Amino acid sequence: MVVAESRAAARDALDLIDVDYEALDAVVDPEKATQKGAPELHKEVPGNVAFTWKVAGGDAAKAFAEAPVTVEQRIVQNRLLPTAMEPRAACASYNPGTGQLTCWVTSQNPHIHRFLLSVMTKLPEHRIRVIAPEVGGGFGSKIPGYPDEALVSFASMELGRPVKWTEDRSENYKVTIHGRDHVEYVALCGTKDGKITGLRTKVYAGLGGYASTAAPGIPTILHGLMYSGPYTIPNIEGTIYGVYTTTTPVDAYRGAGRPEATFLLERMIDLYARKIGLDPVEVRRMNLIPKDKFPYTVATGITYDSGNYQGALDKALQMFDYKKFRAEQAKARKDGRYLGVGVTTYCEICGLGPSQVAGAVGFGGGLYDSAIVRVYPTGVVRAYIGAKPHGQGEETTFAQILADEFGIPVESVEVVAGDTEATPQGWGTYGSRTTAVCGSAVKVAAQRVKDKAKKIAAHLLEANEADLEWKDGKFAVKGSPDKGKTFGELALMANVAWNMPPGVEPGLEATAFFDPSNFVYPFGTHICTVEVDVETGEVTILRYIAVDDCGPQINPMIVDGQVHGGVIQGLGEALQEMAVYDEDGQLLTGTMMDYAIPKASQMPKVETAHTVTPSPVNPLGVKGVGETGTIASVPTLVNAVCDALAPLGISHIDKPLTPARVWAAIQQARGGAK
Amino acid sequence: MIPTSFEYLRAKNLKDALKAIGKNTKVIAGGHSLVPLLRFRLAQPDTLVDIGQLQELKGIKKAGGGMKIGAATTYRELLESKELGTLYPLIAEVTEHIGDLQVRNAGTIGGGLAHADPAADMPPVMLVLDATFLLQSKGGKRSVAARKFFKGPFTTAMKPNELLTEIQLPALPKGAGMAYASFEQAASGYALAGAAALIAIAKGMITRAELAFTGLADTPFLAPAAAKLVGTSGDELISQVAAAAVAGVEANDDIHAGPEYRTHLATVAARRALTQALERAK
Repeated sequence: MVVAESRAAARDALDLIDVDYEALDAVVDPEKATQKGAPELHKEVPGNVAFTWKVAGGDAAKAFAEAPVTVEQRIVQNRLLPTAMEPRAACASYNPGTGQLTCWVTSQNPHIHRFLLSVMTKLPEHRIRVIAPEVGGGFGSKIPGYPDEALVSFASMELGRPVKWTEDRSENYKVTIHGRDHVEYVALCGTKDGKITGLRTKVYAGLGGYASTAAPGIPTILHGLMYSGPYTIPNIEGTIYGVYTTTTPVDAYRGAGRPEATFLLERMIDLYARKIGLDPVEVRRMNLIPKDKFPYTVATGITYDSGNYQGALDKALQMFDYKKFRAEQAKARKDGRYLGVGVTTYCEICGLGPSQVAGAVGFGGGLYDSAIVRVYPTGVVRAYIGAKPHGQGEETTFAQILADEFGIPVESVEVVAGDTEATPQGWGTYGSRTTAVCGSAVKVAAQRVKDKAKKIAAHLLEANEADLEWKDGKFAVKGSPDKGKTFGELALMANVAWNMPPGVEPGLEATAFFDPSNFVYPFGTHICTVEVDVETGEVTILRYIAVDDCGPQINPMIVDGQVHGGVIQGLGEALQEMAVYDEDGQLLTGTMMDYAIPKASQMPKVETAHTVTPSPVNPLGVKGVGETGTIASVPTLVNAVCDALAPLGISHIDKPLTPARVWAAIQQARGGAK
Repeated sequence: MIPTSFEYLRAKNLKDALKAIGKNTKVIAGGHSLVPLLRFRLAQPDTLVDIGQLQELKGIKKAGGGMKIGAATTYRELLESKELGTLYPLIAEVTEHIGDLQVRNAGTIGGGLAHADPAADMPPVMLVLDATFLLQSKGGKRSVAARKFFKGPFTTAMKPNELLTEIQLPALPKGAGMAYASFEQAASGYALAGAAALIAIAKGMITRAELAFTGLADTPFLAPAAAKLVGTSGDELISQVAAAAVAGVEANDDIHAGPEYRTHLATVAARRALTQALERAK
């Protein structure tokens, strides 16, 4: 580590250091890393397999033995670079007089970073203040603890001065966590008339060189438990190997495990439908969990909260004339043009989650969240929340929850997040949890505030609490709305406390910790149509339709924004994004000149629509929507391209579907050179 | 992403600039090619000579039947010139491919050409137009044909003390048609393979045909095979010429496209550019 008076001096000093590296043998592919003779990264981990995790329900062996139809496919989930707009940064300031460390970190979860810093610096946790200021995106990459915030803390403690470190984009690509990186062997079996009876997987999940903070949870509970998707698949068996490779650690990246599960399942269903000669939409429809069966426990053992999968599918098909497209496709094929359609019906697990489950699966933290709702004498409100929005807009969404609850303008509410000194213990923003879990804490705290306000109102109105109703922003005796007390009047009285009901404390604020009884399971149907230029391998997206159900929407514009961003990010994964290492473990896609995040000019318009199915597991009825786009869009695009190329006998191409890869597949199918 | 330290000299005039450049200096105008090299410390000059503001190096003028473009003319200025757009519509068409709005506002035609990226869009256009580059040094000036200028990846015929000051475009055959077709690498926007074409016709027969590639090999190059089109009506022969033009070329190989695919794309680009150029020829 170099510490200098300026970034430029520090950079110059780096050039003065000569390091002689002894190059060890590398293995960068998670499947190859488990094979005999592969270099082993850690002495204590033979074969580089850090863990083997299994999921099973029903009797998959029997299902496969008896099934008349089986389809199999090897699938590679390309390694991705999260590419948050702002790279990571950390600044530490240690005060030797008070023994207090303040650390500003680009964090999605400042309380987790406070805990980790306490462990790493050995400072007592209450002397550490972590501040995550406005953070420019994360996509999961700012969940983990990294050496950098510990190093600046150490340097500041040594020097007694503030020390800051900022990552540049190339460093971001090299050392901030990556996403996905699976090699999967998948088999699906069923009847000849379209009933899916079994799913089996063997997954080599790359972990990189070391296990990052949340890494083992991604290919296991967030992946394997979702193998049933929105379908009634009675027999499921999955084996997941967590594998060390000579690469940057892999951890949670938008969707984290569920995109991989949805992709493999949706891909297999298209292969199955093609094999039995049935329409892929009809195969999906006949296997969907019926809407009257919720809560529904799938073969992997988890229980879905609520759903109406047919409703979302119907709505999507209303927006898209499927039959007409199939007719156009048939005509185009005669003209030598290759059109295709992909239809995905998905559900996913989010709103993490019940803390008891976190404990049971070995996650070190809790998964509840928290809020303090504080009402000022003039009736304005602040909410201090445990989660840490970093682009998701909960500062607005939560203000709306409180403004609605209290009958005050949204401008009278401010949401404070990110400073561990001000906010109650929470677990951060990821896993599409913030509104479902932390928003629910806000709602519960608001109700507590309102309950107290009602007591004060009853006292001031000399009425029975039971006779009061909340209407038009006032508590009033039923039938006499003119004499009501507004939230502002009650806020003033609570804070000056001149005339309080007997036994009621002054002040108007409440704290709530909300621990949900279950995860939430948003769902929907996405449809994509494409044209493939078989001469060059170029894919043109013709239409993209996303119908999502995240329960009631507090802010529909933000919901649509999440869907748009997620879909585009997923299309990047499907079409052009891939982190590439050479065999020596050198990252070849180290800059944005080589790693192709989607640009606006490369992406289609996304048509969005929604159905609304409330969740019973939280007081808002909401489900997450932060990751549905990346979960649903990837198989939708890939299935559309494979459908387009079906006449050439192409059934699968590994993503990203770059023109070069599509062209190579076409050449191979035509019997030409690869 | 921090360059090594260097002296910065903002030239007051061309003479001033020519006096300053030489060994261990780098010339900067728009900076879009140079600044990344500085930040990655791939270029570590002692002195940076800024010529971006020199009016002597700016401007687009008619000259004989052709035109002259000052090397420090920005891409934006190229797009805004009606005269250039009328005489050499291909330049405007290709300039639209270069970078994005901000890059075109600051980047200069001379800077891009002198940088000589083997996948840049403008070099093949200069080759088919048979442009001449004026190089100046404090000792004098000389002209080098574009066709002898590009020597290799990021390597040109310029000496360390020389500055590219002007691009001279010769008069074109009457009614010549021009076109550019390329396939972009999704991340950088540079061409995986691209082809520029120029075709002139008289009485239905091709009288001149030029074809040049970018992105395909280690330097942009002119394909002599295009001459086979002269004296024909083009049509079916175009596909043959497109294939012949890339035959034997050692194509680039990287993570974005292997040599076989690149060569194939170059053939498609050549066919499309020649076909469109023929359609546009009057």
